[in-house]
Amino acid sequence: MDSTIGLILVQDGVINGAIYALLALSLVLVFTVTRVIFIPQGEFVAYGALTYAALDNGQLPGSVWLLCGLGVAAALAGLWRRQVSARLLALTLALPALVLAVAIWAAPRRLGVAFDAALTLAIVAPMAPYLYRIGFQPLAEASVLVLLIAAVGVHLAMVGLGLVFFGPEGWRATALPAPSLALGDLPVPGQALWIVGLAIALMLALFAFFELTLFGRALRATAVNRLGARLVGIGTAQSGLIAFAIAGAIGALSGILIAPLTTVYYDSGFLVGLKGFTAAIIGGMAAYPPAVLAALAVGLLESFASFWASAFKEVIVFTAIIPVLLWRSLRHGPAEEEE
Amino acid sequence: MLEVANLSVAYGGIGAVHDVSFRVAPGRIVTIIGPNGAGKSTLLNAIMGVLPGRGTVRFQGTDLGARPIEDRVRAGMSLVPEKRELFGTMTVQDNLRLGGFRLRGQPDAPSLDTIYALFPRLAERSRQRAGTLSGGERQMLAMGRALMARPSLLMLDEPSLGLAPRIVQDIFATIARLRETGTAILLVEQNARAALRIADEGHVLEMGAITLSGDSAALEADGRIVEMYLGQGRSKEALLS
Repeated sequence: MDSTIGLILVQDGVINGAIYALLALSLVLVFTVTRVIFIPQGEFVAYGALTYAALDNGQLPGSVWLLCGLGVAAALAGLWRRQVSARLLALTLALPALVLAVAIWAAPRRLGVAFDAALTLAIVAPMAPYLYRIGFQPLAEASVLVLLIAAVGVHLAMVGLGLVFFGPEGWRATALPAPSLALGDLPVPGQALWIVGLAIALMLALFAFFELTLFGRALRATAVNRLGARLVGIGTAQSGLIAFAIAGAIGALSGILIAPLTTVYYDSGFLVGLKGFTAAIIGGMAAYPPAVLAALAVGLLESFASFWASAFKEVIVFTAIIPVLLWRSLRHGPAEEEE
Repeated sequence: MLEVANLSVAYGGIGAVHDVSFRVAPGRIVTIIGPNGAGKSTLLNAIMGVLPGRGTVRFQGTDLGARPIEDRVRAGMSLVPEKRELFGTMTVQDNLRLGGFRLRGQPDAPSLDTIYALFPRLAERSRQRAGTLSGGERQMLAMGRALMARPSLLMLDEPSLGLAPRIVQDIFATIARLRETGTAILLVEQNARAALRIADEGHVLEMGAITLSGDSAALEADGRIVEMYLGQGRSKEALLS
């Protein structure tokens, strides 16, 4: 291996690592706020990529129908729990209807990548809070294990629904417009700049949200002390919805970013999400900066593993978790069951 | 303001509450005293919706039923729990800001300065993490956080617990001053004497049931109270002087 190949591998690793970092951040966010291990995170990546690719090809993405269906189901769930408000109906019925109308009008017109990306976010991201209302809100006080099983159920359902609404064939999108650069001998594709740039911008935005806004503080407070948060009037459901909405948006955005790099199938999301999960675990599912660093490490490990032993690259990446878990359990002792 | 009628809480045997009824009026301090494990905290938690209970809890005329905690906060109830439940990794000022979550965006929401005026120690510690505070400061922060929501009913669970007598005096003086603003206060205490001194009326809770109720002055003078909570075998005069 010469230095050029090494640099290319590093570049690949950083690009993938940036995506894993975004996913790891949203996994940590969702877990600390709601105690849900958000297994379906990867599906949001696949949905984002496939929706964006469909729009890019001038077609109406099937996911827009799924959005409407989930919206109606979320409204019915609210009706069932007798928590109907004008706001709920606007968010679960009017919003999907509006997105559907815009999508039907805009899809054949090919209004450009920026519009497609925005519309993709509008189609995919709201699905996460709908899923929260349907599946997780009734279980808000359940144990982590019950929530995990529910998350696995949602993941399996979403993979199946992905097959229904996107079909079995893979899609690829055109890259976001950007000039390629050359760092010495190393060509840097424009898409790589987009990914790393947007990942950094999003992390800074999340940091500002958590540190500077009342709702950001409310999410942190819920993560630190759930009862304390409820006692100052921060509703479990409210913070859960915000956390899920952020996770859905991050997943969809990650999908938009990888769609031009690789062919995405309806079930491609799981492995991507699992690598984000690996990074989140290394970060202890609690802290953001270690999760980001771990995600970069996972990206680099994956890219070098695929060069030296490509048949084993997934094995190598997921095996990396074992020494970390051993080290954590030796250092911290057995995990405490939550109160 | 607050009406509790036939409230029962089944809670794993110990600390259960049976058929408790009482009222708290605006601008009054009502205290519930009783020994450890009598169900005092359980009672407060049930009123706040932290624990499920049977019976009725009415607040400002509305039956709260099984409404969640955050709805009760929105209605104007605040609980300072026994364990304080602060946001330990966040700063003192962030804890206070979150206390005002209920009144977010409202122009007349209390500012941090009103709380700092009440508890100057918190102003000195404003950028410190809540987890690094001393016991007394934690209690002040928990009260300050509850007051940021400008509650019409403030419920305090053992505010004197683990605090030095000087600090207990300060905290109780603050509670007495709050009454002047028309806030209704429900005070649960093991420190019966300190509680009865500032309260208007009191109830004695034993084994989950109210066994004695009355004016705090009358309770303070009651022989049974003196015997049970203010020390046995010693003269009344010595204890209540």
